[in-house]
Amino acid sequence: MFAYIVRRLFLMLVTLFGISVIIFVLLRVVPGNIVDILFDAAGFVDPADKANLERELGLSQPIVVQYLHWIGGLLRGDLGYSYVSEKPALEEILPRIPITARLAGLALLFSASIGIPLGVISAVHQGSKLDYALRVVSLSGLSLPSFWLGLLILMASVSLFGTMPIFNPNPKTWLEALTIYAVPAMAVGFRSAALTMRITRSSMLEILRQDYIRTARAKGASEASVNYHHALKNAVLPVITVIGIEAAFLIGGLIVTETVFNIPGIARFLVEALRWRDYPIVQNLVMFIAVVVVVVNFVVDMLYAAIDPRIRFGD
Amino acid sequence: MSEAKTAETVLDVRNLQTVFFTNSGLFRAVDDVSFSVRRGETLAIVGESGCGKSVSALSIVRLVPDPPGRIVGGSVTLEGTDLLKLDDAAMRAVRGNRISMIFQEPMTSLNPVMRIGDQIVEAVRLHQKVSSKEAWKQAVDMLRLVRIPEPERRAQEYPHQLSGGMRQRAMIAMALACRPALLIADEPTTALDVTIQAQILALIVDLQQRLGTGLILITHDLGVVAQTAQRVIVMYAGKKVEEATVESLFETPLHPYTRGLMASMPAVIALGAKSDARLAEIPGMVPSLTNLPPGCAFAPRCKLAVDRCRQEYPPLDEVKPNHWAACWRAGEMAEAS
Repeated sequence: MFAYIVRRLFLMLVTLFGISVIIFVLLRVVPGNIVDILFDAAGFVDPADKANLERELGLSQPIVVQYLHWIGGLLRGDLGYSYVSEKPALEEILPRIPITARLAGLALLFSASIGIPLGVISAVHQGSKLDYALRVVSLSGLSLPSFWLGLLILMASVSLFGTMPIFNPNPKTWLEALTIYAVPAMAVGFRSAALTMRITRSSMLEILRQDYIRTARAKGASEASVNYHHALKNAVLPVITVIGIEAAFLIGGLIVTETVFNIPGIARFLVEALRWRDYPIVQNLVMFIAVVVVVVNFVVDMLYAAIDPRIRFGD
Repeated sequence: MSEAKTAETVLDVRNLQTVFFTNSGLFRAVDDVSFSVRRGETLAIVGESGCGKSVSALSIVRLVPDPPGRIVGGSVTLEGTDLLKLDDAAMRAVRGNRISMIFQEPMTSLNPVMRIGDQIVEAVRLHQKVSSKEAWKQAVDMLRLVRIPEPERRAQEYPHQLSGGMRQRAMIAMALACRPALLIADEPTTALDVTIQAQILALIVDLQQRLGTGLILITHDLGVVAQTAQRVIVMYAGKKVEEATVESLFETPLHPYTRGLMASMPAVIALGAKSDARLAEIPGMVPSLTNLPPGCAFAPRCKLAVDRCRQEYPPLDEVKPNHWAACWRAGEMAEAS
């Protein structure tokens, strides 16, 4: 097991290195840099000025040198300066992380705490009216794009309450904080909840047919114990995988949701930075997201091992 | 054990009827079957796949999957209580406590994410008010009782760390943890290696006699029946077709189906000896239960069948003392032997 963890950690480093190269190259393949954008807006300008600015920002250096400069800085904890605000990139990124983290965390919590129990209920009552109703709801969850759902929620809250939740960086009450985050989290988490429910349902249906479920019943275990203790513990493995993958997808969903709800998180910030070709911000943010995804995947694997002894003792 | 105690009836099944509602129609998986088991006695139920042996067993503990299955008639009396009249909670208190089951597949019958010890502890604590520490001690004792070496260590392990034989021993430990009055073993050795089969059977019989448990042994292996059971019932197409003591059954089988089963048992041929004998088989297939022929269900496969067999179902008669058979020609066969 220890050797496995070491190997996984090494693989994580290799993955992150690969991602850093891809981000870096892709960003520079995209036509235009910040200097082009600035000078385009200004109309005709002296090419010498343009070359000067490019040199100043280090954009005239060979791409390999630029890459080494960035990675070297990253390893020292120096993320460079934002081209747009000219503030240190770290100062720009850091305050936005908790906002998005809260949204993502709530969305995942929402999808697990709604999706798993509903999936179990749906599987246990397979073929019943309740099962069909839940499956229709989950299908709608998979089909509704989160930005559209977000817009619907906003319009509904305006027409029902005459107001809508507006982001406030310093919520006064606990309840206010919850509404600010919970509504967008639900909008973005609905899809994950629906997916989690469907995976839980199919996994449970598979497990409920197993011989050891019959053994549990033959022991005299109650239906609740059979479903949640014996079956769910076995059925939850693929669900964890899906939630892990959803955690990565969530960032994509958050880009639009943060825009719709006007929340100053990292997802919306990333899109803005990309529009300005603000390389230091984009590179470092994508790297940060990559680290989060890689770590979540690692945690999922460790959870697997924690739940399933066949993985823990195999190898 | 005193004579009176030996004669005590633990389980009495009367006119049990279990049906399945399927897309191709209703079929009677268990059709009007009666039998009883006494304390310390082994009753074997034999028959081909699909004859209703396992459904009979699941009906006793009311674990027939519903839908599609349902028990529609009869009574199952355990120690004076009709189990078919109990509510779900009362039935759960019986399962694993007064009646336990051992299943065919030890590889898949234990929960892969729970330790062996915990699975036995669960069986104990569902029915006895003991501390988890005390229950763990009982679990280890049970593992020792079924002769698992190093029971303290094995209790900490997971099913995948045990061999098939060991897992079946653990299943037996779990089944006997609450000292049930009745143990139902549904093909307990079918999935095991031949050498392990004998060990597991010997273990079940030994423990059953030591604990005075009634045992229903479901099998298709007549060799197993001869070694372990006192009484046998033979089932065909959901019906009981013959019932007798082991001696009487093997001496003079009175139903052509039983004769066919016995003829199709491979005999061990001494090394070097030559044998041209072909293994006998029963011609034809078990009929589809949704489309049973009128009259005797075995008639289409029976060499002795006469017109009457195809028209009327034969009653289960006591052809010889303590030997019942449902065949129009059983009397002739009894006289001929």
